[in-house]
Amino acid sequence: MSKRCDKLVDTGRRQFLRGTGIAAAAGIATVVTPAPGKAAVPLARVTYPSQKLANVKDLKTDEPLDINYPDKDSPGVLLKLGKAVENGAGPDRDIVAFSTLCPHKGFPLNYVAADKSLNCPGHYSRFDCEKGGMEIWGQATQNLPQFALRVDSKGDIYAEAVDELIYGRLSNVLSA
Amino acid sequence: MTYKRNIDRLPIPPKDAKVHNVTCHFCIVGCGYHAYTWDVNRQGGMAADQNAFGADLSQQQAAETVNWFSPSMHNIVKQNGQDVHIVIKPDHDCVVNSGLGSVRGARMAEESFSEVTGTQAQRLTDPLVWRYGGLYPTSWQDALDLVAAVTQRVVAEQGEDGLIVSAFDHGGAGGGYENTWGTGKLYFESMKVKNIRIHNRPAYNSEVHSTRDMGVGELNYCYEDTELADTIVIAGGNPLETQTNSFLNHWIPNLRGTSLDKKKKQLPDEPHAAGRIVIVDPRRTVTVNACEMEAGKDNVLHLAINSGTDLALFNALMTYVADKGWIDKEFIAASTSGYDDMLAANRTSLEDSAKITGLTVQQIQTAASWIAEPKEGKRRRTMFGYEKGLIWGNDNYRTIGAFVNLALATGNVGRPGGGCVRMGGHQEGYVRPSDAHVGRPAAYVDQLLIAGKGGVHHIWGCDHYKTTLNALEFKRVYKKRTDMVKDAMSTVAYGDRAAQVEAIMGAIKQGGLFVVDIDIVPTKIGQAAHVVLPAATSGEMNLTSMNGERRMRLTERYMDPPGQAKPDCLIAAGIAQALEKAWRAAGKNDVADKFKGYDWKTEEDAFMDGYHQHAGGGENVTYERLRAMGTNGFQEPAVGFKDGKIVGTQRLYADGKFGGKDGKAIFMATAWRGLQAEGKQQEKDKFAFLINNGRANQVWQSAYLDQQNDFVMERWPLPFIEMNPDDMAELKLNQGDLVEVFNDNGSTQAMAYPTPTAKRKETFMLFAFPTGVQGNVVSKGVNELIIPNYKQTWGNIRKIADAPEVTKSLTFKSLEYRTS
Repeated sequence: MSKRCDKLVDTGRRQFLRGTGIAAAAGIATVVTPAPGKAAVPLARVTYPSQKLANVKDLKTDEPLDINYPDKDSPGVLLKLGKAVENGAGPDRDIVAFSTLCPHKGFPLNYVAADKSLNCPGHYSRFDCEKGGMEIWGQATQNLPQFALRVDSKGDIYAEAVDELIYGRLSNVLSA
Repeated sequence: MTYKRNIDRLPIPPKDAKVHNVTCHFCIVGCGYHAYTWDVNRQGGMAADQNAFGADLSQQQAAETVNWFSPSMHNIVKQNGQDVHIVIKPDHDCVVNSGLGSVRGARMAEESFSEVTGTQAQRLTDPLVWRYGGLYPTSWQDALDLVAAVTQRVVAEQGEDGLIVSAFDHGGAGGGYENTWGTGKLYFESMKVKNIRIHNRPAYNSEVHSTRDMGVGELNYCYEDTELADTIVIAGGNPLETQTNSFLNHWIPNLRGTSLDKKKKQLPDEPHAAGRIVIVDPRRTVTVNACEMEAGKDNVLHLAINSGTDLALFNALMTYVADKGWIDKEFIAASTSGYDDMLAANRTSLEDSAKITGLTVQQIQTAASWIAEPKEGKRRRTMFGYEKGLIWGNDNYRTIGAFVNLALATGNVGRPGGGCVRMGGHQEGYVRPSDAHVGRPAAYVDQLLIAGKGGVHHIWGCDHYKTTLNALEFKRVYKKRTDMVKDAMSTVAYGDRAAQVEAIMGAIKQGGLFVVDIDIVPTKIGQAAHVVLPAATSGEMNLTSMNGERRMRLTERYMDPPGQAKPDCLIAAGIAQALEKAWRAAGKNDVADKFKGYDWKTEEDAFMDGYHQHAGGGENVTYERLRAMGTNGFQEPAVGFKDGKIVGTQRLYADGKFGGKDGKAIFMATAWRGLQAEGKQQEKDKFAFLINNGRANQVWQSAYLDQQNDFVMERWPLPFIEMNPDDMAELKLNQGDLVEVFNDNGSTQAMAYPTPTAKRKETFMLFAFPTGVQGNVVSKGVNELIIPNYKQTWGNIRKIADAPEVTKSLTFKSLEYRTS
């Protein structure tokens, strides 16, 4: 796995606590006096880069394309499933992208076209690419992080967000 | 739509985060974890000098890193009244799991009670009593006074047989040495309660009577033996799902060949190769698949026997091994008795065994060779493991005895690479006063309850509505009896205690039953209760247990229990003290005096009263010493305390001395006698489908919390029933369709899961699940010692409805890992 030494600016961490911690706390009866108005308005989630991965015409059904998102140390896969799925992108609603680091222990997942699953050689976890990365069986306590995709009018495919924490990082975006 | 947490950052444990020793409280394996806690308004930083891991977290961490935790390992909980962040992550230095977290243990934080994040909002926070048509909060004193008043009256009128008890007897959550002692002291010392049963079976008995009668305790090995064995035999077990990290961390290295260096180093005077495995199971499991992937199909022998015929296989293996001379004559002579008689009684030909089991003669011969054929003149080392396939299977007593015969005859108990062990469910944590008064066979408690016996029922961490046999009939009668008491209570103002007790006693005389339910969450059987008492779980109290290799650890209290919840041992003490008062008020000072000795302030007091004074070697063990031993603890029994460490025992019987007469292990005559439990053969003849049943990875020993976990309940909103696709086609079933499983015992529901590897007419249903109870269709037939036979159940199947909405987001793909 390639290593990259990105500097994380402190705002990222502060945003987490204010975003998630206080947002969650607001759900209960405990009322906290709001901070003075000069405090920066935190974002609820990290800000993701928009990154071009490929063009629709580069993809063939069941031929996985290696990608990296949100940065080069986070490997993933871009897939054309050949069948429309929920959250599928592109004209046929069948393009999806996932992290390929197993959220259990970080081993690289392998795509098996025969049943459109990603499989972990470490401890046998399996994820269903047609069901948003649902863990079919395994030891991960998350379903597989999926990359949100946008396809523009030229057919260029962009990744723009992630819906679960990627293995091996406590913030999905490591750099500012 | 697939459940995602949409969490993309987690708070970082600061350098000064408090670190607590934790042993996972779910299954037998007992993986080591650490709980990090720190103030909710603080956090560490990405730089190595700013976080508890001492790592630069601004970089992607590699596979198997110690410097990462998943969202399920984080929560915000109360600690001494203050909100704190908590991270519960696997300990890489624990020899049990070496940093592995299972899909259950790695959710311990997420499955903790949190007022901030709302997790486990189901947890009981207050004592509840039945009044005004519902269960409503009250004080501990009020609840305990009512419990004691009714219990005292019932015992005064019916004797102690009128008090029926269901109680956990294990370790981990809902158990532990502290709590088994607390309940044990109450029912076995202050009283001599006979009508008592355990959480998963209808009597107070051992699941593995025969091995104990043979002088061989059932947890006699160490996990490392599975790294050293030439061959592993697992019968009626599915360790990848139900002993996950023991399997992944110790069995797999052997099958992969990566424990070869360890074998050569520890056992230098014999040849070694990568391990092989024999798996006895009517069903193909993910365990079989994983073994094939790692060892190659040539080194995995899956004996897919006819359901319930294990005994006929073991007797034939024993016979063949003996005839070949592949036995350990020296060991048999020095350490055992009864070998010749056993062999004569159990003699079974390969052909007869093949006919009964459905295997080929060749398969049985191969198994025997892998188990016992000497390797270049040296004894083959074989580890024998078994679990619920035998324990809840046909003819428990003889079948387990036959398995132990084979292990003993081949010299595989008490030696490296050996062992003959149950794999286990919960961890263990049993220390109680003598239960000799219970008798043998013990009372069949469910049948007593169904027959209208008893007046008061105390339930500790059990939910028979989900986990007993003959469950539908049990629930029908139980509801009727407990409703009688509820209706009587509603006739009197709650605040008039004397009149309440009279009303309750009146209903009991008419066949009613008064129920006290002690648990951490609302249960199905708790719906019938009149008093519910809230208990604390592991981590909300200090709790000690031992795992499948007798490794004892202390889980340190890292958070507060919810509301007024208390450790079970202190609840038992409270009941005892209230009973003392009640008996004194009734003018029976002699009885009242039996309830003295419960002035415990903490769970540690109960531990010192119980384990420290009463467990074998307990005098060497204190909380302070256990704390210092961390997540590795020591292996019981403790034999001393030296250089600041408790000295344990790596393997039992290493000296060749066993628990039978004159220190011998005793062979057992275990002739095959078909389906043993009453009515099973007729059931098999009458109904089309085997309703085999058991556990699933995600909810193994954790379902009571998982029922409020979105990640799990999305995967299994309903219990699955694995069916061969051709059987499904015949019944016009699609994946996810709701089916009814029914027979003469009752009926239940499940969700059809197409499983091409399932044999025709042989299904497998998830056991003990809240949304479909398999026990509804299990007959009341038991063995001679009141051990239930869940596995051999036959029924018919019909469609109830098309796949409901909750199944639409599900995957129905094969559970088996694949590479192409």
